[in-house]
Amino acid sequence: MHLAYPAVLAALLFAVGLYGVLARRNAILVLMSVELMLNAVNLNLVAFDVWLRDALHAGQALTLFTVAVAAAEIGIGLAIVLMVHRNRGTSDVDRLRDTREQPSAEEKAEAAA
Amino acid sequence: MTLAATTAAAHGFLSPTGVEVAFVLVGLATLGAALVTVTTRQLVHAALWLVVALGGLAVEYLLLTAEFIAWVQVLIYVGSVVVLLLFGLMLTKAPIGRSPDADSGNRPVALAVALAAAAALVWVVVDAFRTTWIDLDGPAQGSTDVIGQILFRHWVLPFEALSVLLLAALVGAIVLSRKKKEDER
Repeated sequence: MHLAYPAVLAALLFAVGLYGVLARRNAILVLMSVELMLNAVNLNLVAFDVWLRDALHAGQALTLFTVAVAAAEIGIGLAIVLMVHRNRGTSDVDRLRDTREQPSAEEKAEAAA
Repeated sequence: MTLAATTAAAHGFLSPTGVEVAFVLVGLATLGAALVTVTTRQLVHAALWLVVALGGLAVEYLLLTAEFIAWVQVLIYVGSVVVLLLFGLMLTKAPIGRSPDADSGNRPVALAVALAAAAALVWVVVDAFRTTWIDLDGPAQGSTDVIGQILFRHWVLPFEALSVLLLAALVGAIVLSRKKKEDER
């Protein structure tokens, strides 16, 4: 099989996940897009492992580790989203703006003047 | 040079093998499902299309002779991660049906960034691996036997460290999602 096929598919899946992370507003949809990006990386790892015929099969072992880390990530991420939803009543990442930069007092005075 | 010439003669874009045809077809289905996942306005449908995308990736792993990874993909992603996501959607009272505010306002910027990333990555990858072929003949490289052997012969320490990480994540998730009693606040 041509190596470009899995590599291109992984690149496109990564771009789709990137779009989802940037464009989605619901935190759980953002987590789904992160899963897509992680899966693109996994496909790359498996394809290159099979291509190189690695004696230690480092790519496939690393894929298993990535899957486990992704499972841990989704568990913690969902717990955080649920806690934010319980405290704020929303899982909308656009409305969680506690750490945004506040306009300083001088700029406000200039705007008023 | 002669080696490259003979391999190029043995393979070619114009005479794809059956595995390549299957890979491209399943890849198109996977990519389409992923696109629907990130663009649909119905939140539960997004999770169900994610199942299609992840299942398609499992088929791709099978075509790359990585059987064990394929079954792990089905078990972990399709079996548990998507179910967790559906639980999350229901617990956060996601609206059933179309929700008009599924996408945030920076959609054009996100589209531009994603298109730029896709163009750059595809260009680099195609340019780098134009004349590279995977040799899929011979015994399967990712059978359960092989993966079990290398995992418990060469990768034991990372494996055990990962199990501790999973335990820590589990305990962390429980602590985070536990409801505090009123007097503890």
